[in-house]
Amino acid sequence: MKPSVLLSVREAGKAFVHQGQPRWACRDVSFDLYPGEVLAVVGESGSGKSTLLRLLAARLACDQGSVHYDLRAESENEACGLADLADLSEARLRWLARTDWGFVEQHARDGLRMNVSGGANVGERLMALGARHYGKLRSRAVSWMQRVELDTDRMDDLPATYSGGMQQRLQIARNLVTHPRLVFMDEPTTGLDVSVQARLLDLLRELVDELQLAAVVVTHDLAVARLLAQRMLVMKDGQVVEQGLTDRVLDDPQHPYTQLLVSSVLTP
Amino acid sequence: MDQHYNFAFLDERTKKRIRRALLKAVAVPGYQVPFGSREMPFAYGWGTGGVQITASIMGKNDVLKVIDQGSDDTTNAVNIRRFFARTTGVATTSKTREATLIQTRHRIPEVPLTEAQTLVYQVPMPEPLAKLEPRRQETIKMHALSEYGLMHVRLYEDIAQLGAISHAYDYPVMVNERYLMSPSPIPKFDIPKMHMNPALQLFGAGREKRLYAIPPYTPVRSLDFEDHPFEVQHWEHACALCGASESYLDEMIVDDAGSRLFVCSDSDYCEDRRDAGHVGTQQAVTLTPSPQEAA
Repeated sequence: MKPSVLLSVREAGKAFVHQGQPRWACRDVSFDLYPGEVLAVVGESGSGKSTLLRLLAARLACDQGSVHYDLRAESENEACGLADLADLSEARLRWLARTDWGFVEQHARDGLRMNVSGGANVGERLMALGARHYGKLRSRAVSWMQRVELDTDRMDDLPATYSGGMQQRLQIARNLVTHPRLVFMDEPTTGLDVSVQARLLDLLRELVDELQLAAVVVTHDLAVARLLAQRMLVMKDGQVVEQGLTDRVLDDPQHPYTQLLVSSVLTP
Repeated sequence: MDQHYNFAFLDERTKKRIRRALLKAVAVPGYQVPFGSREMPFAYGWGTGGVQITASIMGKNDVLKVIDQGSDDTTNAVNIRRFFARTTGVATTSKTREATLIQTRHRIPEVPLTEAQTLVYQVPMPEPLAKLEPRRQETIKMHALSEYGLMHVRLYEDIAQLGAISHAYDYPVMVNERYLMSPSPIPKFDIPKMHMNPALQLFGAGREKRLYAIPPYTPVRSLDFEDHPFEVQHWEHACALCGASESYLDEMIVDDAGSRLFVCSDSDYCEDRRDAGHVGTQQAVTLTPSPQEAA
């Protein structure tokens, strides 16, 4: 039996007005994402990857096309099944964003609450969902910090005192604590040094596998795509020029731009 | 009464607008209603919000009491009382039981209030989420959607860093199980008195231009954790003047040796008890042995 689609994108696009003229940051993007599947979006800087990600996460509204998401029924009177994000109320979208979705920002500072401790950062989503037992919150935070290989002695320290790699891992723990089904990642390893990148990727791969997460990973690093993603989308100038299985795209690129991209990396 | 001013200083249209805002505030308990706050002949921080509410709802037959830190005799209380005496000519009192209108800063009287009374609070910062979420637009949205998880993040942080919820005043409360509200900087000792209080409670923030209300008999609940429940302050000593052991006590250091005098913060309550014949120990207590004794 074919599993049901988790995220369905049809000809989605977003235009920004520039000097009175609409300029399409991305357009005509269509794909389906299934539960547990990881999709990488690659392309050069300015190709519309991040705009696409924000469309998918409903942080921006589509100017064209639509994004449908398979809603879980949270109560009896609410709609479930594939629904257009544009039709959902803001309350429902915010609820989705802090339960069923995760969003890992490129800069951990944007995704963390910097003025409260690491433990409080991990517990925030749980408290937003009504967890009111300090001891249980704390033990959940400890177990998640262990899972992302953070030193639990540091849980009462402010995230600003963490290293970049630790902040990124804290951000991941904070997002995964509610067991989301879909995680958006915006260049999660950029800005970290190579050895930290490798460990973080390793961790992400494990977590994705273990929790059966679906993920959309924006990256300009083909190695990240190769390691994490089953499928990939190649974007150029706001449009998808090629999409397919990661190994196929990287080993046998069809589009001239993809060929250029692959050949410009020493060991993809 | 000074005839050069309109009754209670503000013009009638301003008072009418404030009363309209108050009606909305009473209809939606705990919801912060914006209002056109006026310049008052006080500095911000002196209770301009509370004064405007008091001015708007005061009638000729009201009896006014003004409290500052529990006392009727401190600068803020004396000046506001004189201000209203001069601009309205209404009767003023320091007796909680005789007052129909009580404007307060930092305390709720120890004597239980009745349905015939209205309590007006002076509020410096009406937004309980302000320190956590500086964006006003975002906090409005959070109130609209009842997203109050963030407040618990703050309480969590308190326990994680200090071992207990450290808010001793301005303790966040839920009004009518719907709106998160700042109770103004009253000690958390007074918060249980807000719950199901028969008196109408009005809150005004002049600088922030917002007012809100707790109608009579409205549930007010303090936020807490299941394993760190809300608690009020307790003292090991009784009032040195009247011997009360159930009131909120002020602690004053009276000499260089660190002796402390504990007295009721509510001066009217303390006086009433002394008139009724209650007597305290009349002396300060030494909490810790002085360095000389320890040596």
